[in-house]
Amino acid sequence: MPRTLRDALITFQRSPLLSALSIVTIAFSLFAFGLFGLVALNIRDVLNRLEERVEIRAFVAEGTEPEAMAVAAGDVARYPEVQRAMLVTQEQALARAQRELGEFRDVFEGATLPASIDVQLKPGFRDPAAVRRVAARIRAFTFIDDVRYGEDWIEKLYALRNVAGVAGIALGLTFACVSMIIIGTTIRMAVLARAREIAIMRLVGATDDFIRRPFLLEGIIKGVLGGLLALLMTYVARALINTYLIQTVFFDRRVALLGLLFGAMLGFMGSAISVGRHLRRV
Amino acid sequence: MIRFSHVTKTYPRTGTAVDDVSLHVARGEFVFFTGPSGAGKTTLLKMVYLDERPTTGEVRVSGTSSRIARGRDVATLRRKLGIVFQDFRLLENRTAEQNVAFALEVTGASPSAIPSKVARVLAEVGLAGKGTAYPPELSGGEQQRVAIARALVNDPFVLIADEPTGNLDERATRGIFQLLREINAGGTAVLMATHNLELIRRQEFRTVEMDRGAVVFDSAEGSNGPAAKAP
Ligand SMILES: Nc1ncnc2c1ncn2[C@@H]1O[C@H](COP(=O)(O)OP(=O)(O)OP(=O)(O)O)[C@@H](O)[C@H]1O
Ligand SMILES: [Mg+2]
Repeated sequence: MPRTLRDALITFQRSPLLSALSIVTIAFSLFAFGLFGLVALNIRDVLNRLEERVEIRAFVAEGTEPEAMAVAAGDVARYPEVQRAMLVTQEQALARAQRELGEFRDVFEGATLPASIDVQLKPGFRDPAAVRRVAARIRAFTFIDDVRYGEDWIEKLYALRNVAGVAGIALGLTFACVSMIIIGTTIRMAVLARAREIAIMRLVGATDDFIRRPFLLEGIIKGVLGGLLALLMTYVARALINTYLIQTVFFDRRVALLGLLFGAMLGFMGSAISVGRHLRRV
Repeated sequence: MIRFSHVTKTYPRTGTAVDDVSLHVARGEFVFFTGPSGAGKTTLLKMVYLDERPTTGEVRVSGTSSRIARGRDVATLRRKLGIVFQDFRLLENRTAEQNVAFALEVTGASPSAIPSKVARVLAEVGLAGKGTAYPPELSGGEQQRVAIARALVNDPFVLIADEPTGNLDERATRGIFQLLREINAGGTAVLMATHNLELIRRQEFRTVEMDRGAVVFDSAEGSNGPAAKAP
């Protein structure tokens, strides 16, 4: 085994509890990132799907002639911003609602839903201003009761995603600092335990880089192990959510790798600071 | 080879440890440093291997200047020096062989060359049969021989010995001193700080006496004194 690796593993053997502690704190730091990252990721996923769905739904008053509805839908379809305008009859609206709600379909037994013209805008005209402009024009039809364009709750989702992102980053960074301090402390103890050896190394002409290397490797190993643990915890958390709450998507491989890399970086920096301080002092 | 030019070392709390010392040591020379406790011998030797830097003045050792040497230069310099102390400074949980090999390992020597070099220097210091012993299993004199072997294994041009016999009885002292003379006879310069006046008196080697940081006597002054002084 190369000397650097062997020396790096000595601490795991000498103080397994502290080593475990530093791995777990790194794991928690990354877990916080991961959990809130998942929330943000899933909200973004929902937002993407929502964007492709109906942007504007114009509800038609009860008793309107089907021909009038069809003509209106045709008119709307010719607006320059509009990609598609589709007439949804009362029966179709009911069927769709039941389909979307799955097991709660019984709620709609015997209910009536209004017919609507569902308008999809061309890409590039999906911003709130364009949506509002088109909605106003559609509202001008006398038999249109109400026009909804879900702008409100899309904006709320956007806000929620931002909150989830910021909370994840804030919590994650806090944990990151804590884990760096804890790693730094364990490495410091490892350095002190080997202070005599280090002093002799310097005396016979070992470079500081050489002396530092096993400690840095030790930090990196701990960081990667913490990252793996965090990935496992996030995966289990997501599996639980999928089982008991809602279907969610998981990070792709690249993001997972990035998490491991971040763990390695935390471990590296924690030990670099700690060893650097020791070497400068003696 | 080693030149002190108006070197003064002042510590923040204890004041001046070395006071305006100028001194030259030639290649292959044997020099005793002597003087009362606190005279500055250890501080002077530390400045040779750049463990301490002069507050003012300059120390030059084999082309390395105390003014400009950086961490890497210090490491490179120390690979060409051998250093031994009164307290041996061996790693107790390693055998004599491993202690000597350590100096090669941590300076990046090729692993295949290590065992033969270690065996050679252990034989040189008279410990051929004791390579697998741990330091606590060796006498003080033997431990110091291991430390000397470690100092020699990188083929230094100078051996720095700060009271190498301070912890040894008379017999062991004579043995270690005899070893240092042999090493010197092989062409390695030796700088040795000692309180053992008996040892010095029986030798013809150059003696530098210090007191309160200053050089108060240098047996080389008579012959090449002024020339040896730095400008
Ligand atoms: N690391 C240090 N920090 C502060 N002062 C120091 C330090 N090392 C030595 N000194 C001071 O420098 C002076 C010279 O000490 P030094 O160890 O060089 O003397 P010495 O001649 O080797 O003495 P001894 O014969 O007892 O070993 C002393 O007054 C000591 O207090
Ligand atoms: Mg001393």
